Amino acid sequence: MHLKLPALAAACTGLFGLAVVFAFFYAPADADQGLSQRIFYFHVPLALTSYACFGWGAWKALKYLRGRDERADLESYVAIHQGVIFGALTLLTGSIWARISWGVWWSWGEDELVLFLVLFLFYCAYFMLRFSVDPGPARANMSAVYALFGVVLIPVSFLAIRLSKQFIHPVVFKLQGPQMTGAQFFTFCVCLAAMLTLFATMYAIELAGKRLDCSLRELKELLS
Amino acid sequence: MTYASDVAALARKDLLLELRAKETLPSMLLFVIAALTIFHFALPNGTSDVAARGLLWAALIFTALLGLTRAFVAEREQSMFDALILTPVDRSAIWLGKAIAVLAFLVAAEIVALPAFAMFFHGLNGRTVAAVALADLGICTVGTLFGAMAVAGRARELLLPLLFLPMAIPIVVGGVGGYLWFLVLYDAIFALLSWAAFEYVVSEV
Repeated sequence: MHLKLPALAAACTGLFGLAVVFAFFYAPADADQGLSQRIFYFHVPLALTSYACFGWGAWKALKYLRGRDERADLESYVAIHQGVIFGALTLLTGSIWARISWGVWWSWGEDELVLFLVLFLFYCAYFMLRFSVDPGPARANMSAVYALFGVVLIPVSFLAIRLSKQFIHPVVFKLQGPQMTGAQFFTFCVCLAAMLTLFATMYAIELAGKRLDCSLRELKELLS
Repeated sequence: MTYASDVAALARKDLLLELRAKETLPSMLLFVIAALTIFHFALPNGTSDVAARGLLWAALIFTALLGLTRAFVAEREQSMFDALILTPVDRSAIWLGKAIAVLAFLVAAEIVALPAFAMFFHGLNGRTVAAVALADLGICTVGTLFGAMAVAGRARELLLPLLFLPMAIPIVVGGVGGYLWFLVLYDAIFALLSWAAFEYVVSEV
């Protein structure tokens, strides 16, 4: 644990430096959109990382419900907390991209943005639920059940948004493989790896802090 | 006692309670009519059917929310949760009984609301009625589970809309668009999930 965190942080810094260099200097400019397309290298990895956070949080929630291990509850909470941060950044970068390429800050026709709005609302309520119930097994159970509902809501909402959509969104990943050149795809992979490492680092830091907080509180209770 | 008779007894208890106290259903009825009246004035003259139908869904979701907020209040105020959990029934039977009672209230409110909507606006078609019936199932199953979560919190009445409305977005999409298959899918997935999850929500309260 003592070695893992600095190593993770170092890997994250290195990968992020590489990602920025690749995204701005190595990847060829988009013929249609030019410079503004480069936000893609951050927007999409942010979105995918956010899904990974929610998925990880739900997995830990399931683990909690099976084994009643209090650590899994804390891990699930931290993963969802990180997921909301990445989700908010996805909304922000998506909004900026929409402004530049379509001239509007918000477009209801863009599935990903609308889905993230729904998820953002859903997972913000997760914190309301968690902070309005007293700590203990009841709260852990409810949080876990809610986290599991969230991960099922993702595909259902996505389907719903697809059904209600109005105009065309650039589809980058198709069944035939990514619609990008090799250099673009490589840059994308580096950015995704950087983003996932960032998640892992932030997750480890927050978890360490929360665990320290818990043990400190236990010590205080023992002393008083 | 079989599972079915447990569920029937629990649902009967809630319906009997409502029949005697008359707390939830009259307020739901008044609310839905008042909401439709507000919507009539909110819409400009000559609005299309589609816009009016969208507002019907908003009215129904908020009316359901009113019923769901009240669903577990009696249990909480009289500390009946402990007694319910101690009874030798499957915990999911508690959820199913409550969901059936809430569904009964919601359907009763809609029996008044839908003709009122048809009168105030442009009439109804069979597809909308079918969609409302399917949506009711989804609303009541998920809403009952989230209602049980919300009463455990400090800000009960405030918490349930926050938890429930994001879940209701797909229902509104399916309902307004008239995608019946989508509503069936939603109901099946989330009814199963709620049925399995309810035990965890109440067992430690």
